[in-house]
Amino acid sequence: MWRTLDRSVARDIGLVCLADALVGASFGAITVGADLPLWLPTLLSVVVFAGAAQFMFVGLVAAGGNPVAAVAASLLINARHVPFGFTVGDLVGRGWRRLVGSHLMIDESVAFALAQRDPVQRRAAYWACGLSLMVCWNIGVLVGAIGGTAISDTDDFGLDAAFPAVLLALVLPSLRTPAVRRAAVVGAVVALVTTPFLPAGMPVLLGLVGAVVGLRSRGSSPEPERAPV
Amino acid sequence: MSTSALLVAVLVLGVGTYAFRLAGPLLGDRVTLSPRVEEFVALATVVLLVALVTATAVFESKEFAGYARPAGVAVGGVLALRKAPFVVVVVAAAATAAGLRLLGVP
Repeated sequence: MWRTLDRSVARDIGLVCLADALVGASFGAITVGADLPLWLPTLLSVVVFAGAAQFMFVGLVAAGGNPVAAVAASLLINARHVPFGFTVGDLVGRGWRRLVGSHLMIDESVAFALAQRDPVQRRAAYWACGLSLMVCWNIGVLVGAIGGTAISDTDDFGLDAAFPAVLLALVLPSLRTPAVRRAAVVGAVVALVTTPFLPAGMPVLLGLVGAVVGLRSRGSSPEPERAPV
Repeated sequence: MSTSALLVAVLVLGVGTYAFRLAGPLLGDRVTLSPRVEEFVALATVVLLVALVTATAVFESKEFAGYARPAGVAVGGVLALRKAPFVVVVVAAAATAAGLRLLGVP
């Protein structure tokens, strides 16, 4: 896998790893700083391995929220992995690979796979990104939880802008055809308009309306070029 | 919250998230999707990622995230459109947001 992987893709994954470790360190430090036990951020990062849901869970628990509500809110954020899974299913493989590979399904690994044209590169990018981030994220969280962190707010470094930019750069090549672009714009607008009113996670799922519109606007005549992955 | 309640909550969240992740690879293997459904699924992932980018670029949970973050993402997006290297895109997005904040832009 590592040998198949394109050098430039490996470097890009490395950069995302670095940024992820910094955010992980702040996650660990914030959690422990909220008087929550040391094992919590570490266990969450291993078994949940999804930044947005982890921040949501810890935020609700630290605020004295009901555990059932905290789990439900975090699960809603993670529901997007269901549609992701249908797209990257063939990259994950079968048997034990499927059991491990599914756990490595995160926004970044899906997006890195999506950005590759060659099927072999796609699989290599998915696994390399998933495994690297699993390692970096958990090391970052552990360091932050134990040692605290000098970085109290990763926003000072603009990391909150870096992550959407990462996904945007990776998804742009997929927006080749007008039908895909139309679908993406509709999805983005739906997510944008509904975010202030709906529970976290739901607006992004509602963005799927865009995919329905995109498919319909294309009519029933099949296009020669299929959407990637 | 007691330690055991917290532990159970984390494990339920972990198992639930894993079930979401496993569903696609498991089901996709058992059922043959029609070409049209397959096309929808491929399109859905692109649309979800774009929706995610847009929502996280503009909002911090349900509140407006301020101007610095969307400005940074926009700079990154323009550079990506111009086929700038990935590293440049990401660093420029972060630097723009950080720089604007240093200048007092929220």
